Amino acid sequence: MVESLDQLFVNLKHWALGFLPEALQPLVSAVLSIVPLVAVFGGLFAIVTIFERKGLGRIQNRYGPNRVGIPFTDIRLAGFGQFIPDGIKALIKEDVVPRAADKVVHFLAPVVLLIPVLLTYAVLPIGRNMTVVDFDAGVLFFFSVGAAVEISVFMAGWSSRNKYSLLGAMRGIAQMISYEIPLILSAVTVIMLVGSLKTSDIVAAQAGFTAGLPNWFVLTPWGFAGFVMFLIAALAESNRAPFDLPEAESELIAGYFTEYSGFKFALFFLGEYLGMFAIIGLGITLFLGGWHAPFPFLTWVPSYVWFMTKLLAIVFFFIWVRGTLPRLRMDQLMSFAWKFMIPMALINLVVAAVWHFMAGTGAARWVVCALLIAGPYVLLGRGLMENKHLGKRTYRFAD
Amino acid sequence: MSPVFLILALVTLLSAVAAISFRNLVHCSLSLVVTFAGLAGLYLQLHAQFVGFAQVLVYIGAVAILIVFAILLTRSADTPNHAVLAPGWLVGIAVAVVVFGALGLAILKSEAISKKVPAAPEATVKQIGDALMNQYVLPLEVIGLLLTAAMIGAVIIAMRDDKEAK
Amino acid sequence: MTELQGYLLLSALLFTIGLAGAITRRNAILALIGIELMLNAANLNFIAFWRFGPNPEALTGLMFVIFSIAIAAAEAAVGLALIIAIYRHYKSVNLDEMNNLKG
Repeated sequence: MVESLDQLFVNLKHWALGFLPEALQPLVSAVLSIVPLVAVFGGLFAIVTIFERKGLGRIQNRYGPNRVGIPFTDIRLAGFGQFIPDGIKALIKEDVVPRAADKVVHFLAPVVLLIPVLLTYAVLPIGRNMTVVDFDAGVLFFFSVGAAVEISVFMAGWSSRNKYSLLGAMRGIAQMISYEIPLILSAVTVIMLVGSLKTSDIVAAQAGFTAGLPNWFVLTPWGFAGFVMFLIAALAESNRAPFDLPEAESELIAGYFTEYSGFKFALFFLGEYLGMFAIIGLGITLFLGGWHAPFPFLTWVPSYVWFMTKLLAIVFFFIWVRGTLPRLRMDQLMSFAWKFMIPMALINLVVAAVWHFMAGTGAARWVVCALLIAGPYVLLGRGLMENKHLGKRTYRFAD
Repeated sequence: MSPVFLILALVTLLSAVAAISFRNLVHCSLSLVVTFAGLAGLYLQLHAQFVGFAQVLVYIGAVAILIVFAILLTRSADTPNHAVLAPGWLVGIAVAVVVFGALGLAILKSEAISKKVPAAPEATVKQIGDALMNQYVLPLEVIGLLLTAAMIGAVIIAMRDDKEAK
Repeated sequence: MTELQGYLLLSALLFTIGLAGAITRRNAILALIGIELMLNAANLNFIAFWRFGPNPEALTGLMFVIFSIAIAAAEAAVGLALIIAIYRHYKSVNLDEMNNLKG
């Protein structure tokens, strides 16, 4: 029973494929893998936008959307129907293209954003036996396809012929390139210890429990440091607060998609959220045990439920961060990436190697590895604070 | 000649021609991205998965972005009004055609090219990693050194001189 | 025409296009784009020979391409840094105007 519930979708697909002739099967199999994925994450996008607005509202002491429920009825659902009018509004709004804009590039930019973002979902194991394509170089595929997002940001910013758009695009690209390095370096620790780029192998390496706790990589010193860095870099990669300089409303209007309206704007919005889900999904796969249950007595819950629970938990964390932290300044952003994140990611790489070679020494390797991370963290942090490269924001008010 | 190969080859060639013939440099660099993507597809067709992904990561994620940054930093993003071709461009085209003729002739007439198609080779990431860490470890270290040197060199060359700034 | 010849011809065409771009355009950045195209054509050759060659298990062609991609990245970085430095000096990226040896 538990087994069949866990494999429900896999079996459903095989059952449906059984009715088809041999020749059609590969094609239909691909369609049957992709369509539910797009539908589920598209639905998640709709829910999360409301979730985010309501969550931010709570944090800022207001209600957030709470009127729209199911259309043509009196059921309000606490405002969770808001995405329906939002979607309709985006669809029927006039599509304004600036006269000076480079029409073709302006049109292609949102498409170029969405394609790589959707492609990254191909390698995410969202449940047991539930990976669309289990590439031998899966993690590399994720990062390489993700790199194409920068091109779309540039296309959007440049083709609009608007200085706010161009500034936002240049900020965005600089930020994405800078934070891609700690992102990849922190993922490399996991790849190094698992010895495989295959996402299913990485999840399989985190199976099982020791002393009631799961064998997730986040519960090791290097894994914890790596996970924290991965999350920070993921926040920056998905252009979310406190790293939302590329689209800082109060400075750049909306950054690289200032000149987009209607459906194209909705595509940018969708691409951004789907990119965020994908990168969180990779973080879960790498550090949080993928679809594995956190405790031995909870293993009966289907694997995809665990994946989605972890995903929603981190999405909530991202919303919380957005509501709490102020936006960074450009120089702070850059020096944080280059002077703190990258050195720490490199040190973490060494720590992971030390951890590997000290296997079998028991508590000693925990102490050594924890010290190897905490020492540089304190020294680096203090050094940067002293020179005021990083540090608390000071406010100056007009006299 | 599989249809997939023909489509990818057509996309690659057309975008390569576009990359060198558009007047606007940004359009050129965007066409270049398509060429790189097409080449990555061809690598996948040739069962070189790792190289195909590395191609996308390095060329689209880094080289194309670098080119775009250089275009914007040198203020050449606008469509130029003056001639874009070098004075001796006809000679240049002639040279290119001659080169292609020689290469094409060599390819079509060569006896060394075997007619039989061997079984698809397998190159897993593990094999590549083993080869890099054993047989090719010295080249790997040298590449690491070269990349570091190139990075420092590029920063120093592009850095504004202090004298100039004042 | 065998499959290998198809790939080799494609690579030769790509090389020719890159060559034509590098020598017929005035702009230094376009010359660099042409050079990148030529490098990619060479890479395609390596991979094609690896795939259809006599002993692919040695991975020689693949390794060559991996190193060549790394070198191409370094080359692009240095080349574009040079172009930016030259632009700062001459206020132009036109190759014909860079004919002055005095600093």
